Formats: sequence, structure tokens, C-alpha cells
Amino acid sequence: MSKNWPLWEIFVRSKNGLEHRHFGSLHAADAEMALANARDVYTRRSEGVSIWVVESKHITASNPADNGELFEPAQDKVYRHPTFYDLPDEVKHM
Amino acid sequence: MSEKEIKSLEEIFEARIARDEKIEPKDWMPEKYRKTHIRQISQHAHSEIVGMLPEGNWITRAPSLRRKAALLAKVQDEAGHGLYLYAACETLGVSRDELFEQLHSGKAKYSSIFNYPTITWADMGAIGWLVDGAAIINQVPLCNTSFGPYARAMVRVCKEESFHQRQGFEIMLKLCNGTPEQKEMAQDALNRWWWPSLMMLGPTDAESIHTEQSMKWKLKRKTNDELRQQFIDQTVPQADVLGLTIPDPDLKWNEETGHYDFGEIDWDEFWQVVKGHGPCNKKRMKDRVSAWENGAWVRDAAMAYAEKQENKKVAKAS
Ligand SMILES: [Fe+2]
Ligand SMILES: [Fe+2]
Repeated sequence: MSKNWPLWEIFVRSKNGLEHRHFGSLHAADAEMALANARDVYTRRSEGVSIWVVESKHITASNPADNGELFEPAQDKVYRHPTFYDLPDEVKHM
Repeated sequence: MSEKEIKSLEEIFEARIARDEKIEPKDWMPEKYRKTHIRQISQHAHSEIVGMLPEGNWITRAPSLRRKAALLAKVQDEAGHGLYLYAACETLGVSRDELFEQLHSGKAKYSSIFNYPTITWADMGAIGWLVDGAAIINQVPLCNTSFGPYARAMVRVCKEESFHQRQGFEIMLKLCNGTPEQKEMAQDALNRWWWPSLMMLGPTDAESIHTEQSMKWKLKRKTNDELRQQFIDQTVPQADVLGLTIPDPDLKWNEETGHYDFGEIDWDEFWQVVKGHGPCNKKRMKDRVSAWENGAWVRDAAMAYAEKQENKKVAKAS
């Protein structure tokens, strides 16, 4: 009776100073194998200096159907942006 | 959902694509969009995977270490392409196992070109030059397709393809500058791969059933005939550089259109191969299925080992 290898999400830091970015996914039996496979699948041409692997089932994603509720309220909060505030012309750098 | 509600969702959906917005896996999408994408992306993935077989045939017999390293790297890239694409396809809610099952049972198609045999070393040159060349022409427009995971996979694939074509062209060039026998070998490979490469760009527009919908969803930006013309126009001058003759007596430059005119394509042959009667269809599937089946114990052992390690961790913690 065979069981399928679980799915992993792969995050790669392309160089120090940059954040890890989602590169894609792959199947592997465990974390160690996911790292080894990620190296072969996603960094054959020095695309990275560090890899994170996370089993896909551990990721909780927001639902696009909730986008209105989640993200629209930010749109009318213009006072969160510097351009909302009036300054006299004499004030040069602020 | 009522039919009316679905209809209005569909309109919003089509408008998003028309505005060049990307569709991501968890977004609402019409069932037909999902199905069409599963079919196209998986066919594409299968082609990358089956495409390793004809070239794998020559890895152990490459004429030098330089050639061997390059061919090995190319074939490994094709495996990578298959994996990027399977992963993109799985985001649409189909499992890797189902996809393999569709390939192995013959339900899913892969590019017909891989059902031709690779009988000499020059075939490695012709495949890189022509088959990867035609693939690039097909794939570049897909970097802008509407489905996000597919577009991102294609960007990665396209970055890697140009080395494939160059290493193939270099093999041809070396043979063409070699002994008369070597040049003859290169010409023979061109003779055998030319027409299948043209067919690779798909049936003529008149026969192509998916074009209009595919254009809307940006799965296609140019028609098969336009892509084919582009391929011919770009490849003929390259054959001239090699000093090889394209095996088409009707091929000639048309001053008026600014394109090459070319001879009739044997579409009967194309459909025969698609239907499973090409020279290597059976062998390709047999090799693919036996690789999968013979690897089963390794996959099972890896899974059993992972579970055992996991259980040990749990036991220690408790
Ligand atoms: Fe490829
Ligand atoms: Fe390739």
C-alpha cells in the first residue's frame, strides 16, 4: 500500500540582504528530502543562498472571497499616508 | 449559485483577464477555465518529462565530456520544467498521482515530436536546435498568460531554454565543420526532424479547435500558423549558416510578404502519431511506466523512513 509524498512550499533567499521568496512547490517524503529536492529543482544556476521548506498543509491562506472585508478598509484611511498632511512651503525636508 | 449569478461572475472574471490581471489558484474561476488549464498545463508537463527519453538515450554515448555535461544538464532542466509545471497544475486541485495516471493510461497527450527515434548523435543537435527552438517560440508568449502559477513557471522555463537551443546548434555546427560523413549525419538529422518540428507548432488554424477561447484567456497570443511562420523565418537563415539544406523543395523567400513560403505539411502523419501510431509511442510509454513502477519501492521506503523518524520524535517528546 503506497502513500503519496506530501507537498512542500519552497522559499529561497537569492542573496543575503534579501528576504526569502516563494519559488514554488514540490513533493518529498520529509523535510530533509524537500531541501535536497528544492536545491535541485530551484537552484541549479545559483539562484539562492538559503532555502526554507514548509509542508503546504501548515499554511493557512486568506480567502479571496474575503478580500473586500480584509483589504478595502485600508482604502479610506488616507491619513496613514504622509501626503495627507498639510505643511507650509518653508518646511523643506519632512 | 443561480445561473444568473454565475453568469455575472463569469463576466467579472473575463473583464479581469482583459485588464491583464492575473488569476491565482484560490480565485473564483469558471469550471471550463480550470479544466482547460489542467489539460494544457499537464500536457505541457508530460511533454517535458517524456521529452527526456529520446535525449537520455545519448547521455552515455556523448562524444566528449563537454558534450556529456551539457546534455546531462539539459535533460536535468527538462525534468525541472516538468516539475515546475506539475506543481502549477496541482494548484488547480488535481493531484500529481491523477496526472501521472492520465499520462500512463494514455488519456493525456504529450508533444508528438517525442515519438520519433534518436538514431545518431546528430539528433541531439537537431533536437536542441529545432525542437527546443520551436518550444521557445511556443513558450515565450505564455510568460504573460492569465493564470499566475503557469505564467511564473514559464518565466523560469524560458530563462533556461536558450542554453538548450544553443548547445544543439553548436553540435550541428561542429558536425557541419567536420568530415563529409559528419556533415552528412547533420543533414540527415535535419531531414528527419524538420517536418515534425513544424508540426510541433500545432494543427493549422482552420483545424485548431481551441484557438479563440485560448486567445481570450491568453493561453495563446498568436495562432499556430503565425508561430510556424515565425519559426521558419528564423530557422532558415540558421540552416544557411550551417551550410545545410532544408528538406523542402517549395521553400523560398517571398519578397512581397517578407516571409518564406513553404511546402505542404503531411498532416496525416501528424494525426497518425497523435493517435499513437508514431515510430516510438509504445516504447516511450513503456519506458515511462516502467520507470514509475520500478521506482515505487524507493518512494515507499522513503515514506516509511520519514514516518518512522516522525514517530521517534513524537515518542521522545512525550
Ligand atoms: Fe523544457
Ligand atoms: Fe528545453
